Amino acid sequence: MSDVVVKRALVAGHADFAAGLISAVEMISGCGNVLEPIQVRGLCGDDIQKLLHEKLVETGARVIFTDLQAGSCTMAARRVLRELGEGVLVAGANLPMLLDFAMSSNENAAEAAAAAAERGRAAVSVHGAPT
Amino acid sequence: MTLVLNRIDDRLIHGQVVVGWGQPLDVKFIVLVDDSVAGSDWEQELYRMGVPPDMEVLFHSAADAAPLLDAYRAERRPGILLTGDIPTMRTLVEKGGVRDVNIGGIHHRAGRTQHLRYVFLTPQEADALRELSTLGAVVTAQDVPAARAMPLEELLAAREGGGT
Repeated sequence: MSDVVVKRALVAGHADFAAGLISAVEMISGCGNVLEPIQVRGLCGDDIQKLLHEKLVETGARVIFTDLQAGSCTMAARRVLRELGEGVLVAGANLPMLLDFAMSSNENAAEAAAAAAERGRAAVSVHGAPT
Repeated sequence: MTLVLNRIDDRLIHGQVVVGWGQPLDVKFIVLVDDSVAGSDWEQELYRMGVPPDMEVLFHSAADAAPLLDAYRAERRPGILLTGDIPTMRTLVEKGGVRDVNIGGIHHRAGRTQHLRYVFLTPQEADALRELSTLGAVVTAQDVPAARAMPLEELLAAREGGGT
């Protein structure tokens, strides 16, 4: 039996976004190790792009979750996936989304990512809003 | 209103620009000056997708932008002028009347020395910033509105681990 954990997705964002969310996924589900955190502090856009490319090649993952649609990680991820000609990017990731993805039994990571994105979108609620 | 910020940021449009500065300054347009982006429809679409629907992005090469800046400064809407490097901003200082320059992000690359968490410079780039000052621009470093605007000489004297 192999102890090798297959990384199914990269998670990238501002400051400690990736490590923080993945630690929460790990605490809740024990499945955080299928997600690879990407630390980009201090890197220029070109270096973020290079890092994402290296990590996708190294892990074999073809899914990237990022925080902000306007973020430099999102921009870099779109360029990398364009280069590779394959892969899925989900911008605007949240904890319910990553939990759904990490715990998914769907072996097709792209489909799992699409389903997780819907789960994350639906998981936002407002309580006590003015009427 | 006018161009409320003239920024050098090698990440161009990203979270700090759109959210960090864009929201408190109520920015309605960004003038992105970059020769490479100006020549790529795909890159322009990428940056347009990163901003809210009510924020316009206008793309120009450095040469094309300089004569247009007076018109942008006359806009009633608040806007941000954005370049990805120092030479492009120098063109806009020399030929476009830019008189204050915000260094928002010049990140790590081989040969650069870290001055701040978000500013890394080669000796030549440090000289280029001094030249902007010599040309009459007030140059400061400030990544987000809540941070202090650091004067150029203080920036150039700062080093990684020096508490700045």
